[in-house]
Formats: sequence, structure tokens, C-alpha cells
Amino acid sequence: MVRLIDVYKEYDNGTKALKGVDLRIDDGEFVFLVGPSGSGKSTIIKLITAEIALTEGRLMVNGYNLNNISPRQVPYMRRTLGIIFQDFRLIEKKTVYENLSFAMRAVGASSREVKRRIPYVLKLVGLDQKEDRYPAQLSGGEQQRVAIARALVNNPSMIIADEPTGNLDPQRSLEIMILLEKINELGTTVLVVTHEKNLVNRFDKRVVAIENGRIISDGTGGYYNGEKI
Amino acid sequence: MARKFDAGYYFSEGFHSIFTHGFMSFAAVCMIVACLLIMGSFTLLAVNLDNMLGDMEQENELAVYIDDSYTEESARALEPALLQVPNVTEATFMTRTEALEKFRQDRGNVDILEDLPDDVFRDRYYVHIADIEQMAQTKANLEQVEGVGDVVAAVEIAEGFVLVRNVATGVALVLIGILLVVSLFIIANTIKLATFYRRDEIAIMKMCGATDGFIRWPFVVEGLVLGLTGSLVAFFLQWGLYQMVGSVIIQGNGLSLVTMIPYTAMVSTILPVFCAVGAVIGVGGSLVAIRKFLQV
Repeated sequence: MVRLIDVYKEYDNGTKALKGVDLRIDDGEFVFLVGPSGSGKSTIIKLITAEIALTEGRLMVNGYNLNNISPRQVPYMRRTLGIIFQDFRLIEKKTVYENLSFAMRAVGASSREVKRRIPYVLKLVGLDQKEDRYPAQLSGGEQQRVAIARALVNNPSMIIADEPTGNLDPQRSLEIMILLEKINELGTTVLVVTHEKNLVNRFDKRVVAIENGRIISDGTGGYYNGEKI
Repeated sequence: MARKFDAGYYFSEGFHSIFTHGFMSFAAVCMIVACLLIMGSFTLLAVNLDNMLGDMEQENELAVYIDDSYTEESARALEPALLQVPNVTEATFMTRTEALEKFRQDRGNVDILEDLPDDVFRDRYYVHIADIEQMAQTKANLEQVEGVGDVVAAVEIAEGFVLVRNVATGVALVLIGILLVVSLFIIANTIKLATFYRRDEIAIMKMCGATDGFIRWPFVVEGLVLGLTGSLVAFFLQWGLYQMVGSVIIQGNGLSLVTMIPYTAMVSTILPVFCAVGAVIGVGGSLVAIRKFLQV
């Protein structure tokens, strides 16, 4: 569960990225966070992942109070999250299997756990035949599936996807979104940050719109649709 | 799922990344070798200089002349009293007859010295001291011993030796200190460059929830292996270089003024020191280099 209460964020250069944001995402939800560039979407993601600290307000993520979280606790909080990036961020010199095992070993999984978990996750994302391929040998859509598999492999309670379809064509984008929907149906909370209006409108999900650091709408079914919800 | 310490994984990752990033590993080893060679050369120069000065110190003795009124037997009886003087390590007695004979030999047994009586010489002791810096004080103490007529010591020369040795040691220490800092800086930057290529890996690990310790350990192993590899290479190169310089010096050293300690006699010191310094700059460089990338 994620809870932002009256959150403000001002960067060192004086930019006020968030101006009193209230947001609650419950376990098992699928949420689109939408808005134009510079609206504050990425700032919310960075706050949730503890990359940056908030200036004012309160923030809870999966039982961790990020207002007074110690640096030692941050890795353990992050283990409750699976993060997917627009540019995939796969390690080019590692195979699909190695990219996943790398993520599992990073949180202390044993080789037995790695061998048991990875085939299941690869099958879930439809890449069970490609575990020995290197990222450069895969299409963009397949690389993003690997990134999703990596986010899932440690069994997080929440997946955060930051513009996951930004580098993909419409068909591959739809496939990725359907895959995220499937993951959500299996019980994982999903937060997708995007500004792809057409894609969002194809799913009947909760949409939170942000602009100029403020949430301007929060509802289900449709992204603006020509007017604010 | 989490386990505390997975040494096998850290070693495997550390070794694996050495070969995965072969060129940067090679560059880091070369830098460690270069730094150790420069530091090692200066250290060996300082050690040899100190050794040569030590030899010269050994030859720098005091002549203690016994009062004319003392017979040879009573002069010999003074030895325990002389040895009790602080800083005195050895006292070798020479009779006046022996002194005359030596005087003649030193001057080529010329005829003019044939009729020289031995009573113009005095019984004497040649005294060696432990610390050349205390020569003046020791000379004064020896003069206080009953039966000692006179003490001759080259105090100014001894002070000159001490000055030269202190300056040489000081200069060598300062140079070694500067080189150590420069080496650490260069190694840290070389490893930082290597780490820069892997910042994405570190960022991914951080995002997956890896602790700083977990990320750091493979780099520590890598730094340690690179440092020790560099140490071993530098050790053997230093050996070759030392032998080469030694042979050149011996060939051009007609007067045998310069002596060199054999490298083999210093192996038990040089190898551990090289390994320790290599390990410190390898591991230290790694830790300094990844510190910045851990702040995600």
C-alpha cells in the first residue's frame, strides 16, 4: 500500500515539483499515473523508491514510513517493489537468465531458489524459450518483458512501471500492458506511469492525472477523454 | 530469502568481473605495478643508502689512549671499565709495540722509522659505539674513566654522517609518502573509471534492494585480486630491475665505494610489503571508487 499525505517536494534548484499531493494506492490495485512532462510523475516514483526525500508531508510505502526511514532499511523497503524503466536497463553482458539471477542474488537468494523461480517467471512473461539470449538478441518488446520478469522475480508486492512502453510500437505496447494487467490479476499492485492517452483509454482502470505538481483528477475509466475527469 | 554473507558468490562475481572488464582490469594492474615499482625503487635506494652509511659508521671508531704511567697489564685491566661506558659496544686493545708496528706498516716500512722507539706510542683501545649520534657524549664519558689519557674521535665526521643519513631517510620517506598518496589517487581513478562502466549494474542492484555491503563485496574482492596480481608482477619486475642496476653499478664501481644488499636477502620483507601495499591500494581504490555510485 502506498500513501502520500499532503506531500511537497522542492528540489535544490528551487523547482517545486509537488505541491500538496494526496494519493492512496491500495494493495491489489492497478493505477495509471498520467500527466505531461514535468508534471511531477517521476518525482512521485522517485519518492516512492526512496531515491529522493520529500520536503514536507507524509509518505508510507508497503509498511515503511519513508519520513524517517534509515539508509539501512531502504534496501529492504525496495525489495517490496519491482521497478520497470522505459529504457529496460538490462545488463548487456548478461543473458536473460543471468539478468534475472543477478536481481535475485542481489537480495540474497540462494542458487536453489534462483533455479526454481526463474523458469516460472520467464514462462509468465512468455520468454521461457529465450533464457540464454543476450538483450541485444531480443526485440524491444522482449527486452521489456525481461525487465518485467526481473521486476517480478523477487515476488514484490508492488510493480512500478515508469513509461514502460515509451520505446515500443503500439502493438508491443498493448502486449506489455496486457501482461501488466495479468500480473495485477495474480495479486500484485501495479502503478504505471505513462502519457500514452490511447493506451490508457483501452483499459478500464483507475487513472490519476497530475499537472504542475498537483493531482487534478483521480477516477476510473479513461484518460481525460477530451476533458478532465 | 536473504542470507547474511555469501562469500562464494562475492568471490565468483569478483573474479568474473575481472575477466568481463578485461581491459580496465589490465589498466588497473598496470597502474599498481607502476606505482609499486616507483615506490619500491625509492625504498630500495633509501635502504641501500642507509646500509652504506651504517657500514661507514662501523668504521668510525674512537681511539682511547691510556695514561703513560700505566703498564700494559694495568692498561688491559681497564677494558671492563671502558665497556661499562654507555653506548660502547666493543673495545679492542692494542699495545704500544703493536701500535708502532702498525704505524710502520701503514707507512711502507720506510728506513727512517727503523730506529723509532715504541715508547713514543701509548697503549690504546679502539672503541666502537652503538649510536654514532652520541659520539661526543661518549667521548666525554670515556675521558672520565680513570687511566684514560686522551680520547680522539672524529666527532665532526660522525655528525656529518648522521646529517647525511637523516636527510636521505627524510627525503626518501617524504617521497614514498607522496608516491603512496599519488598511487592511491591514480588507482582510485582507474578503478572509478572501471566502475563508471558498471554504474548501471550498481543502480539496478540498488533498485532491486541490494544492500551497500552486498554491492561492495565483489568490488573488494576484485580490488584485492588486482592489487595482489599487481604486487606479484611488480615484485618480479623490481627484482629484475634491481639486478640490472646492481650489475651496472658493480661494473662502474672500481673503488668498491658502493655496496648493494642482495635482493634475495630482502625477499622476505619486500614480498609481504608489496602484497600489503598492493592489497591496500586495490581494496582502498575500489571502496573509494564505488562510494559515489552507491548514493542512489
